Amino acid sequence: MIRLERRPSPSRFWTALTPVLAVVATMIAGGVMFAALGKDPFEAIRTIFWDPIFNEQFAAFSRPQLLVKAAPLILIAIGLSLGFRAGVWNIGAEGQYIMGAICGAGVGLAFYPAESFVIFPLMVIAGGLGGFLWAMIPGVLRVAFRTNEILVSLLLVYVAEFMLASMSLGLLRNPEGAGFPGSRNLKAYPSAHNAELIAGTGMHWGVVAAFVAVIFAYVLLSRHMLGFQIKLAGQAPRAARFGGVNPSRLILFCLGISGILAGAAGLFEVSGPAGQISIDFNVGYGFTAIIVAFLGRLNPIGILLAGLLMALTYIGGELAQFMLGVPAAAIQAFQGMLLFFLLAVDVLSNFRIRIGRREVV
Amino acid sequence: MDLSAINPILLVASLMVAATPILLAAVGELVAEKAGVLNLGVEGMMITGAICGFAIAVETGSPVMGFLAAAIGGALLSLIFGVLTQYLLSNQVATGLALTLFGLGFSSLIGQGYIGIKPPSTEKLDIPLLSDIPVLGPILFNHDLMVYVALALVAAVWAVLKFTRTGLILRAVGENHDAAHALGYKVVRVRLLAIMFGGGCAGLGGAYLSLIRVPQWTEGMTAGAGWIALAIVVFGSWRAGRVLLGAYLFGGVTVLQLNLQAAGMAIPVEYLSMSPYLITIAVLVIMSADKSRAALSAPACLGRVFHASS
Repeated sequence: MIRLERRPSPSRFWTALTPVLAVVATMIAGGVMFAALGKDPFEAIRTIFWDPIFNEQFAAFSRPQLLVKAAPLILIAIGLSLGFRAGVWNIGAEGQYIMGAICGAGVGLAFYPAESFVIFPLMVIAGGLGGFLWAMIPGVLRVAFRTNEILVSLLLVYVAEFMLASMSLGLLRNPEGAGFPGSRNLKAYPSAHNAELIAGTGMHWGVVAAFVAVIFAYVLLSRHMLGFQIKLAGQAPRAARFGGVNPSRLILFCLGISGILAGAAGLFEVSGPAGQISIDFNVGYGFTAIIVAFLGRLNPIGILLAGLLMALTYIGGELAQFMLGVPAAAIQAFQGMLLFFLLAVDVLSNFRIRIGRREVV
Repeated sequence: MDLSAINPILLVASLMVAATPILLAAVGELVAEKAGVLNLGVEGMMITGAICGFAIAVETGSPVMGFLAAAIGGALLSLIFGVLTQYLLSNQVATGLALTLFGLGFSSLIGQGYIGIKPPSTEKLDIPLLSDIPVLGPILFNHDLMVYVALALVAAVWAVLKFTRTGLILRAVGENHDAAHALGYKVVRVRLLAIMFGGGCAGLGGAYLSLIRVPQWTEGMTAGAGWIALAIVVFGSWRAGRVLLGAYLFGGVTVLQLNLQAAGMAIPVEYLSMSPYLITIAVLVIMSADKSRAALSAPACLGRVFHASS
């Protein structure tokens, strides 16, 4: 009989190895899925994971895309990982991302057509603030009324989506847009445009912010008292209470910081790669970031790598869609599978597998 | 705005239809949570049920086969969750989210060939005599079979949980899994069955959306219904009767805002469409603000991992 024996503390070896195992298992299962769709599995996997970076024909286009797609994922996932460590489940990052984009773009458009170097920083602040306030709704409700933050933050995603629709059809609609939904294109407004910093690299301010967030989270978790409290509250809530951790403050901090980061990610996206507020502006980065946070083991460096890998599946997925006719939904299922395998192999880091006679326990 | 265009009888009748998918999903989740399992994958199981039911109903031409397939599809998907959380001891919150993300992707993958097709229609029962009663007839006795199946399911869950040995074991596993284990009950097996029941019900709820309520297949068509079902279980403080009440309340809000949209109320459509979600949040807040009730009624082992050695 196979049985599991709890390890005294999680194995560091397996903690580092399990994400790799999960990725390999997903590639195999994904290959089976692609084969079932009637595509050559090896070609599909190669198109997704290899071609975007190394194929001469596509790399010039897709390498910069890697940073563009990874930046919002990393930014959001860093914020989420702090909460997940403390047992605060903010799963409404998608909503905070949308609200950040709306607030930030709103501020930028309010200045149109004035040109000034302060406009973009103001937009970033407004974007972060929008996400922050949206995340404070579940935060305050949790602290004041013990309302489940999982459900509230998630339900607010749908509210934010309707808000987005309302904004792109009403308040923020381009007055010169011939009645089409969607705001003015911020790419055509230099003061508000989040342009590439180095041409041809995909490097924009959001990418810079993502790297800063990684360093900030790393220092916070390994060097700062607050980071210690976050870890303590997640692993031993009772001990944390006795140790003087204020749970309400911690909940508000975790939700607030993830809201700010998600909101900023939304702003960087709307002012750069997306360009405008439109009904289908959000593409699910807020949800994919949950996978990124877990794939990166809630560790800032891990999240950096996981974000790049997930960005690769987005770009490779698009490439596979274009080259092989693999449906877009297959990539989404593929990403979901990755999280399944990750959670499944996680058992190895917390438990030893013993093979032997089963005793009654 | 013309409020007189809203027919109160039709309103209440369509309320029952609007509430049914959420009621089905919520009653399934109620059983799972009573066994101590927090499955956040309801949305994923619903949408998988929606497409499984739709696809099979279109292929076979029979809605009944569609509903059966939806229940099986939902239960199979929930089995992934069951194996991960019960045998591989993964975190229930994270695994539930994974189920939702996977379900959304998987369903739109299967559903590609089914966009824009009309499913075989399910006829209304139109019970003779009873449906001719004025006012009550069209409200209560003029629906399709699934509305009554959902109500029967709620009654059955209530009775089983309250009166039978099976219900007692299920609740024991949810309240204190270590004690239940010590008494010789198979905690993991009970939970797996509860999870699969929840998955089956969520699948039925999804199929009700795609086969009867909408009736069409569109990607992401559940639009948060699974999350609202989860909220309704909390609202119902883990009791079948109150879950029914919560689902009908939500159905009422949905139907009312749709009617107001049609009547041309001065509020923009988007804000009216938000209202069911906002009201769900408000209701959650009211329920959880009452300190004594919320803490007492949740199953004590909800969301906790069971491992026999610890």
